Amino acid sequence: MSGARLGRVLVLAAASSLVLAACAGGGGGSASGGDVTSVKIGFMGDLTGESSAIVIPPRNGAKMAFDEYNAKNPKVKIEMLPYDSQGKPDQATSLITKAVGQDKIVGLIGPAFSGESKAIGGVLEENKIPSISPSATNPGLASNGWTYWHRVVANDNDQGPGIAEFLITAKSPKKAFVISDDQEYSVGLAEAVTKTFKDKGVTVENDKFSKDASDYSSTVTKVAAANPDVIVYGGYYAQAGRLLKQLRDGGVKATFASGDGSLDAQLVTGAGTQAAEGAVLACPCNIPSGDVTGTLKTFADNYKKSASADPAIYATEGYDAATAFIKAVEAGNTTSEKINEYLKTVNFEGVSKPIKFKSNGEPENNSIFVYQVKDGVLKLLGPSAEAKLEG
Amino acid sequence: MLDDFLNQFLPSTVGGLVFGSIYALVALGYTMVYGVLRLINFAHSEIFMIGTFTSLVVITAIAPTAPFTGLAMVGVLLLIIVLSAAVSGGAAVLLELVAYRPLRRKGATRLTALISAIGASLFLQELFALVIIPWLTGKPGRNQQSSLRIVDRDTVFTIGNAQVRTDHIIVIVAAVIMMIALDRVVNRTKIGRGIRATAQDPEAAVLMGVSIDNIVRITFLLGGTMAGVAGALYLMEFENTVFNVGFVLGIKAFTAAVLGGIGNLRGALLGGVVLGLIENWGAIFLGSEWKDVIAFTVLVVVLMFRPTGILGESLQKARA
Repeated sequence: MSGARLGRVLVLAAASSLVLAACAGGGGGSASGGDVTSVKIGFMGDLTGESSAIVIPPRNGAKMAFDEYNAKNPKVKIEMLPYDSQGKPDQATSLITKAVGQDKIVGLIGPAFSGESKAIGGVLEENKIPSISPSATNPGLASNGWTYWHRVVANDNDQGPGIAEFLITAKSPKKAFVISDDQEYSVGLAEAVTKTFKDKGVTVENDKFSKDASDYSSTVTKVAAANPDVIVYGGYYAQAGRLLKQLRDGGVKATFASGDGSLDAQLVTGAGTQAAEGAVLACPCNIPSGDVTGTLKTFADNYKKSASADPAIYATEGYDAATAFIKAVEAGNTTSEKINEYLKTVNFEGVSKPIKFKSNGEPENNSIFVYQVKDGVLKLLGPSAEAKLEG
Repeated sequence: MLDDFLNQFLPSTVGGLVFGSIYALVALGYTMVYGVLRLINFAHSEIFMIGTFTSLVVITAIAPTAPFTGLAMVGVLLLIIVLSAAVSGGAAVLLELVAYRPLRRKGATRLTALISAIGASLFLQELFALVIIPWLTGKPGRNQQSSLRIVDRDTVFTIGNAQVRTDHIIVIVAAVIMMIALDRVVNRTKIGRGIRATAQDPEAAVLMGVSIDNIVRITFLLGGTMAGVAGALYLMEFENTVFNVGFVLGIKAFTAAVLGGIGNLRGALLGGVVLGLIENWGAIFLGSEWKDVIAFTVLVVVLMFRPTGILGESLQKARA
C-alpha cells in the first residue's frame, strides 16, 4: 500500500484500539526452561492510527494462523507480540529496539508500510531478525541488499503492467484512455499502465486532473471524443467514483479499470450502483469475496469466526506471512538465524498465492488480483493471469 | 490539434456553462459582501457547503427509488432549492452575527475581520467533519457522501456533437432566474437602494436613515441564499459532497468575482461563466490538469489591463 489511503479509517481506529488492548492482555507468562517451548514473533504496523483499517486485517490473519498452530499443541508454541508503530518510521525505530533487546523476538511480521520498513530494515539486518511484510509495496525495498527482509505481496511496479496486460487479454483493445489525478501514486500507476499499453501496440490517449476538482466535464469530453475500448484510472476511490459517474452520465460505455487505490466499496457508493457495474479493479492483495471456493472459502469462514469481520485487505497476506514462520518453527528452527535460513527455502501453497521467496526477499509469485463490480459488490475474479471478465 | 478542438469545443462549452453558472452563484455572495463591507468573506465557501448538505439530507429523507420526472421533479427540485437557500441564508446571517458584527461594533480593522473570516471557515469545516456530518449521515465525517439521483440524465437536444441534458438545463436556468431576481432586488427595491447606498458611503447612508446593521444582515442573507441555491444545484448535478467541498470551489468563485469586477453583481455573473468556459476550453489543448493554471493566468492578464476586472464598475459607483 503506497501510503495515502487514509480518509476512511477513523472509525476503525477506535474499535481496533479496543481489540488491541484485549490482545495485549493475553499471552505472556511462558517461562522458558532448558528446552525451548515457545518463541516470540512480532507484528508491527499501524494498529490504532488513521491507516489501521489496512493493518488490522493482516494482524487478524496472522493471529489466526498462530492460534490455529498453537491449538495443535506443538512442541514449540509461537507467541505473537503486537507493536503499534502508528505507521510512523520514528515509532517503528524505537519499538524495534525494544522488540529485539527486551522481548527477544525471533521474527517479525511487518512493518505494514513501506516507510517504516525502510526505516528499520537496517536494524533487523544487523540483529539478524527475519521479517516478512504482508503489505509494504514500495519497489525500492528489495534493492537494499537486505538478506533478512521478505514480503508476500507484489510491488507497485508489478501493478500497472498487471492491469494493462490483463485488459489486453480480456478486451483486446485498439485504443485505451489512461486518466489520473495529480498525486504521486496516481501518476505512477497511470504512467506504468500507459507504458505497457504502448509497448503492446495499443494506442493510448491521456488526461489528468487535480485531485480537488469536482467537475470532470472536460475529461469526459476528451474520452467521448477519443472513443476508447478501455479506460484506466490511476488514483483513489473518491475521485474514481466521481469520474466513473460522470463518464457514464456522459454516455461513455467503455470498460473502466483502476488499481488498488480504488479497490473500496466507496467506489460503488460514489459512482452509484448502476454506473459502477462491471468496473474492473486490480490489487496486489487477494481479498476473498463472498462467493469464493476452496482454500479461500475455508480461510474466509475461519477468519469470520476468529476476527468477527469479513476478511478485508491484506488479511490473506498476513496469514501467509505467519504461516511461513510457522513452517520454519515446525521444522525445528527456534533461533532467528535458523529461521531466516529456512525462509530461503520455504515453499508452500499459501492462501493468497504460492509462497516462495527470491534471494532479495521478493515473492517468487507476484500475482496481481482482479476484481469486478457485480450488482454493487466487489467480486474477486482471481489472479490476473487466470481471471475472466464477466459481461 | 485543430481536430481535437473541433470535436471537443461544443461539449466543453456545455460543461463550462454548467459549472460556470455554479461559480457565478457563489461569486455573487463574495461580491455583495465585499461591495458593502470591503470584506472578503472566506467562510462563504462553507455557506455553500452547508447548502449541499441540506440538499443531501432532504434527498436522503425523500429516498427516491428512481429519478423523478415531470411535475414531481420540479417539486423536488424546488423543495431542495428552497430549503438549501433558507438554511444557507440563515447560516450566513448567523455567521455575520457571530464572526463579524462584534468586530465591526468595536471598530476593528479590515485585517482583523479577514482573520476572523478564515477562522470561521476552518471552524465550520471542522464542525461539520467532526460533529454534524457524522450526526446527519451516520458515516465518518471526512468521507465523501453520495446522494441518490433525482434527475435523469436524458439528452434533451444536441448542438453539433454536444448533448444538452436535463440536468444541464436545470442548473443553467435556475442560476439565471436567481441572478435576475437578485439583480431586481438590488436595483429596483428599497432594500436594494439601501444596500447600494451603504456600499457607496456608509456614513451618508446612516444620515439618510439607513440601518447599517440591517443592510449588512440582508446582504449576508442574499449572498447566503445564492450560495444555498448553488449548493442544491451542485448536489443535484454531481450527487456527492464532502466537508471541504467549498474550498477549491470557493477560491474559484472568488476569482470569478475579481475577474468580473469585485463588488459588481453582473461582473460576478460574467466572471463565473467566463471562468467556467476558459477552464474547459483550455483543457482541450493542454489537458484537464492545466485548468487551474489557465484560469489564474487569465485572471492575471485581465487584471494587468483592467485592474478593476472586466466590468470594473462596482456597487459603490453604480447609479442610485
